[in-house]
Amino acid sequence: MNMQKPFAITLDPGSSLANKTGTWRTERPVYVDRLPPCNAQCPAGEDIQGWLFHAESGDYESAWRHLTRDNPFPAVMGRVCYHSCEGVCNRGKIDAAVGINSVERFLGDEALKRGWQFKGPASESGKHVLVVGAGPSGMSAAYHLRRMGHRVTVKEAGPLLGGMMRFGIPKYRLPREVLEAEMQRVVEMGVKVELNTRVANIATAMQEGHFDAAFLAVGAHIAKRAFIPAKDSSHILDAISVLRSMEGEDQPMLGRRVVVYGGGNTAIDVARTAKRLGATEAIIVYRRTRERMPAHDFEVEEALEEGVMVKWLSTIRQAGEGALTIEKMTLDEKGNPQPTGELETLEADSLILALGQDVDLSLLEGVPGLEISDGVVQVDAATMMTGHPGIFAGGDMVPAERNVTVAVGHGKKAARHIDAWLRGTQIAQSVKHAPATFERLNPWYYSDAPKTVRPQLEMARRTSSFDEVQGGLTEDNALFEARRCLSCGNCFECDNCYGVCPDNAVIKLGDGKRFQFNYDYCKGCGVCVAECPCGAIDMIPETV
Amino acid sequence: MTAPIKFYQTGTFTVGNRLLSPEQRSVQSSLERSNSLNSGHRACQGCGEALGARYAVDAAMRATQGQLIAANATGCLEVFSTPYPETSWQLPWIHSLFGNAAAVGTGIAAAMKVKGRNNVRVIAQGGDGGTTDIGFGCLSGMFERNDDVLYICYDNEAYMNTGVQRSSATPAGARTATTMAVGAEPGAQFGQGKNVPLIAMAHEIPYVATATVADLHDLETKVEHAMSIRGARYLHILVPCPLGWGAASQDTIKLARLARETGLFPVFEAEGGEVTAVTKIRRRVPVEEYLRPQKRFAHLFGAKGQQQMLAGIQARADRNIKRFGLLDVETAE
Amino acid sequence: MQKQIEGSRAVAESVALCRPEVICAYPISPQTHIVEGLGELVKSGELKPCEFINVESEFAAMSVAIGASAAGARSYTATASQGLLFMAEAIYNASGLGLPIVMTVANRAIGAPINIWNDHSDSMSQRDCGWIQLFAESNQEALDLHIQAFKLGEELSMPVMVCMDGFILTHAYERVDMPAQAEVDAFLPTYEPRQVLDPADPVSIGAMVGPEAFMEVRYLAHAKQTMALERIPQIAAEFAQRFGRNSGGLVRDYRCEDAETIVIALGSVIGTLKDTVDELRNDGVKIGVLGIHSFRPFPLAAVRAVLQGAKRVVVLEKSFSVGLGGVVSTDVRLALSGLQLNGYTVIAGLGGRAITKASLARTLRDAIADKLQPLAFMDLDWGIVNRQLAREAATRRSGPIAENLLRDIGTVASKVH
Repeated sequence: MNMQKPFAITLDPGSSLANKTGTWRTERPVYVDRLPPCNAQCPAGEDIQGWLFHAESGDYESAWRHLTRDNPFPAVMGRVCYHSCEGVCNRGKIDAAVGINSVERFLGDEALKRGWQFKGPASESGKHVLVVGAGPSGMSAAYHLRRMGHRVTVKEAGPLLGGMMRFGIPKYRLPREVLEAEMQRVVEMGVKVELNTRVANIATAMQEGHFDAAFLAVGAHIAKRAFIPAKDSSHILDAISVLRSMEGEDQPMLGRRVVVYGGGNTAIDVARTAKRLGATEAIIVYRRTRERMPAHDFEVEEALEEGVMVKWLSTIRQAGEGALTIEKMTLDEKGNPQPTGELETLEADSLILALGQDVDLSLLEGVPGLEISDGVVQVDAATMMTGHPGIFAGGDMVPAERNVTVAVGHGKKAARHIDAWLRGTQIAQSVKHAPATFERLNPWYYSDAPKTVRPQLEMARRTSSFDEVQGGLTEDNALFEARRCLSCGNCFECDNCYGVCPDNAVIKLGDGKRFQFNYDYCKGCGVCVAECPCGAIDMIPETV
Repeated sequence: MTAPIKFYQTGTFTVGNRLLSPEQRSVQSSLERSNSLNSGHRACQGCGEALGARYAVDAAMRATQGQLIAANATGCLEVFSTPYPETSWQLPWIHSLFGNAAAVGTGIAAAMKVKGRNNVRVIAQGGDGGTTDIGFGCLSGMFERNDDVLYICYDNEAYMNTGVQRSSATPAGARTATTMAVGAEPGAQFGQGKNVPLIAMAHEIPYVATATVADLHDLETKVEHAMSIRGARYLHILVPCPLGWGAASQDTIKLARLARETGLFPVFEAEGGEVTAVTKIRRRVPVEEYLRPQKRFAHLFGAKGQQQMLAGIQARADRNIKRFGLLDVETAE
Repeated sequence: MQKQIEGSRAVAESVALCRPEVICAYPISPQTHIVEGLGELVKSGELKPCEFINVESEFAAMSVAIGASAAGARSYTATASQGLLFMAEAIYNASGLGLPIVMTVANRAIGAPINIWNDHSDSMSQRDCGWIQLFAESNQEALDLHIQAFKLGEELSMPVMVCMDGFILTHAYERVDMPAQAEVDAFLPTYEPRQVLDPADPVSIGAMVGPEAFMEVRYLAHAKQTMALERIPQIAAEFAQRFGRNSGGLVRDYRCEDAETIVIALGSVIGTLKDTVDELRNDGVKIGVLGIHSFRPFPLAAVRAVLQGAKRVVVLEKSFSVGLGGVVSTDVRLALSGLQLNGYTVIAGLGGRAITKASLARTLRDAIADKLQPLAFMDLDWGIVNRQLAREAATRRSGPIAENLLRDIGTVASKVH
């Protein structure tokens, strides 16, 4: 400063920094991380928002790696997961939920296309874990256990990897090369797999193999039966057998008129399969109404589009040769179906029963400490450990909703606790962040962007082949879809707080490092809180 | 699908956006922003004017590579930024009087011209009182001569520095210390007040624009555009005043947003006296939504509410919407 | 170069020789010819580089000058009367900010009643504004004072008013010696501002100053004016050396050496007084004239020094502090503190009323005889005044004074002859 400044009237620039206006504050803003509803909902415990964040910038490999920290099968998930995350997505309250599932599939497919592989463990623990069943739960556990440095041997009764993913889900929903590829990728981490190896008794198997722990993940392969008076000549099959036989050389002979009995997803799957096998009529007989059908609505819709018919409020009284006797039902006040006595005849070359499945629990016989009820083995919900120390279980075997995502989640959870158990430690109960509710968002800031619709296979090919019905997103679409994420409850570095502070009291730490409040100058006006799009700032009273 | 991805999660509504290329990002999102109005100023909590001033001046600083001088009218902005012995300004800045900021700007611009320093640009700034009332003569003179000054009015719709008295920018119905909420027609008189952006347009100066602190990108774009033009330019920025409006300090931006979304504060640009662009209303809301959070309009509501006055204010918003075409055709009534 | 030109033109050319960079122009009689002349010089390209700005008011004129000066440009404007009052707020601001603007005030009365003719009410109304106020006796001095004013103001970072009598000087065609550009350039250095608005070295000018420092700021302005008391004679001396004539300075006395009676005055009336004094001297009266050329800062010591040996002092004023009397007299009295002099204040020439030698001689003879009222009003028509006072005493709604007076005196609207 060469200038001789006039006293008092002329001042040096920026000298107001000497005035610490932070002393005016009665409340202070603090950055928080809140649990987004998608993450909270995900049965597989995926950090959905976390991997979408990477996908938003087009860094798909980082997104995939982030995703596969929790779930090793994004290509499968992106096809068969019922994506309850989307049901709770806050964006649904603005326009439509983020297409999480379709982005997940895109990432899964991208990984297969690019040949991305999992990294092996940093060090070996020297422990050996037996996994029974190469389904979603077993392979998930194998993946996580291997990552943690344990030797893993998977014993699978069937001839192929995938368990119920292979034998319960039709190809047109899950192409086999996709399933195979994601299973193989786990194997390539150094997981030992023994196919066609049925474990008759777990205690014996562990003893013989010198396993330090076991994770049991046997699928529900046994079809439930219902008593239907039938003539010998009537052609009655069970759904799970039909679907399983689709994996073999010989496709099942179902005839031209196929009736499926049941209202779950398996009923839908088998009806659609029948249609593809050439049935002119595939009719589902279900005793309640569409609203009460356990099958997922989008699957029902797709089936109806493909020409599958449904007789609602109907039960099968009798199966005869080439025909069924159907009784009309009515719903009582409680919504339970009641017979009306009104009968009709339905022509059918075959009847497929899709009334649910059971698990073969015979391998547990004689193992002390196990508790079995309602056809499943009881586990500690926190650890997935059975009553027998060192034996854990998950998937269809334990009390839970039966689907691939839940099974994958069990595998991960069990793996973490097996690891802790093997190391003699305990996993500290992590404090869950408070939920990122819609009310905390400032939705003004998000651009209007309706959900991207995935392309679907044209109808002619859908009903005549087992080509995949649901297409994937293009990269552009996937990027768009990822960018619809609101990042509920977690800073996504939109710079709003940094920009809207009238006092420059927010320090920007740089890309990926978020922000920090400068409490020397923050007056506690709360504009940053009000204008944070994703609700990642709380206002708390100042302590005096 | 080969179309480029244009959608960026929050579009351009947020201050920054990590998905945008750096040159597309706002001045305010930058680590290098000049913070022309530095921390430590004595503006009230949630001051819209402090925010608007930093937005505008930082943008002008970037547009001129820091070759900028500011003249400032008396008022809140001056008082809270430069009480001896500290100033918050980081650019050459002068405060002379309440009513002469535009003329001081003219003088600085003349000095720069005569010295051949054409790269140094000038802004003059003031509140609505210093602009639409006491400074109006000098402002009009600066416009009429087409002096090379960008004048920025930070409009908080009353004389806040002296304790919330009515100015010619005070909206009808608003309570101020000189238009109290008493009598048969409480608040500021209907049928009074002046629209300086339109008056500025009548001078046919190169550039006139309005903006709010709720839309930073729009504001910065306008400042940047203004600095690319020579001659007299006018930017009128709505800056809510928590104290004077009787609003919560955290609602400053929200209220500015609502002012625009109701149609009460039309956001537009004009060149040479003709409107060239209008910021459309994104989600139209009735004026009530804007008025209710402000205590200065409290007398319009409640048991002894003023339905007729409310209707009058709504009519004003509707007129703006029609006059400026603030709604897209398909959503317009 | 000798020139026979109008006073306004002389000032315009003189200002132009000072190379002002920004000139703000707003018309008001009797100043207008000055800015007209400058406008022409700028438009023709004779004065460049210079920004000549036609502003919309005197308030703007001073404000533009403030901006320009703060940004480092030599700035000039001119005004008078109502215009000076209209810019009053900015006048105080310019001095408060220490901006060395030079302004010509073509002295003129202040209304109401509106009156365009000369007196000193306008400048005197701003005597406390912090500007240096120099008064010119002649057109030659007026043009010389502008050259000195820029030098003085810029040295001290203070604005300077050069006061010259409206019409009497501004509109009078007289012979003047116009310096050459090179001479002025040699005398007046380029403007080096004490503070400047420059992006290379940003400062905030015009802070709000509270009770903690305001008095100090005010005192510092006073200290500056005290310095001016020293610099004004020095600059006048330097000017005399370079240009060969005496112009400016604090005071200039005429035949005061042995004077018992000294008349004090400012501006062009000093010339008339000198003639009157010569005549009185011829009659053996020991009388002299003391011209004050720097009214602010007021040269207390210089005035006292001249008056030391006198018996009486007559302050001839073209301004009037209504309800008190003389404006200059008050200051003179301060200079006389402790001296036992008979003092008279003569208010004369308000609103352009002619100050004749005859009236002056009569008034001064009364003073010498100590028959003069302490506060005298030269050539006041007591008849008119008394009639109006009587009217007002009789009738509450007696009507407008000026119109009443004009009605009384008939077709002769003023005593300007």
